Amino acid sequence: MDLGPHAAFIWISYAAVTIVVAALIAWLVFDGRRQAAAMEELEKRGARRRSAGAVE
Amino acid sequence: MQTLTQQLANPTRFMGLSARVLPWAWAAAAVLIAVGFYLSFFDSPADYQQGETVRIMYIHVPCAWLSMMIYGLIAVSSFGLLVFRHPLADVSAKAAAPIGAAFTFLALLTGSLWGKPMWGTYWVWDARLTSVLILFFLYLGLMALRAALEDESAAAKLTAVLALVGVTILPIIKFSVNWWNTLHQPSTDFTSTVDPSMRWPLIIMALGFTLLFFAMHLKAMRNEIMRRRVKAMRAQVVAGRDRLAASGSAT
Repeated sequence: MDLGPHAAFIWISYAAVTIVVAALIAWLVFDGRRQAAAMEELEKRGARRRSAGAVE
Repeated sequence: MQTLTQQLANPTRFMGLSARVLPWAWAAAAVLIAVGFYLSFFDSPADYQQGETVRIMYIHVPCAWLSMMIYGLIAVSSFGLLVFRHPLADVSAKAAAPIGAAFTFLALLTGSLWGKPMWGTYWVWDARLTSVLILFFLYLGLMALRAALEDESAAAKLTAVLALVGVTILPIIKFSVNWWNTLHQPSTDFTSTVDPSMRWPLIIMALGFTLLFFAMHLKAMRNEIMRRRVKAMRAQVVAGRDRLAASGSAT
């Protein structure tokens, strides 16, 4: 695919968007897992959520 | 009869609903962006003036649109917190800020990379570019202010006030290209000034990015609710341990 004399500007733009969006998604997934693991560990130690009986 | 907002005011109900919606939102965003990428590269023509460089538009415009839309959402959430004390309003505002900062950074970066071959410069201190840079600093300011205060309730209120003061930047960004002379092109009327062969890839990419933000925001809100639950449960464990120690020393 020939993107002309300014191809580098186009590729860098798309690469930057891909990297930043992928990093954001990875951070969200990692953070979610970390919080879920912390909650599970606290529940094992006997802590209870106020909404523990509610349907989720 | 409860409104949807009232129903969602319950974090547990929100967690249940968002868990069902989230996979569909991720999938729909992925499909739309994949189609948008294909159309942007393989099914849209080069511009008669800009040549192939016009392909940067298909990511720059959605990022720029999101940078403003997300700030608008933060402002609405802040209003919801200060006026209605909606329990999820602060969760929404806090969760949206880093995502908004990331998309504003991308709008600035892709705009700069588009500007160099078209204008001959990466950056110029004109009204549109400078006002978007201020928006980026506002996002950073919101996150820094929240991180600087230990009392979560005070941090939420102060951040909400700053977000509402900062919302004045949105009309300045929007109309900067009309009010001042700038290198940036004026507002585009998508129904008449953009050829359909370029309009549709752009609309699909904008929809895809908007859905992507929707999914990211839901996920970030879920994480924030869990973080607050973890904090409350930790306090519970510490309080239980203290009670145990107190009863042990009494006997």
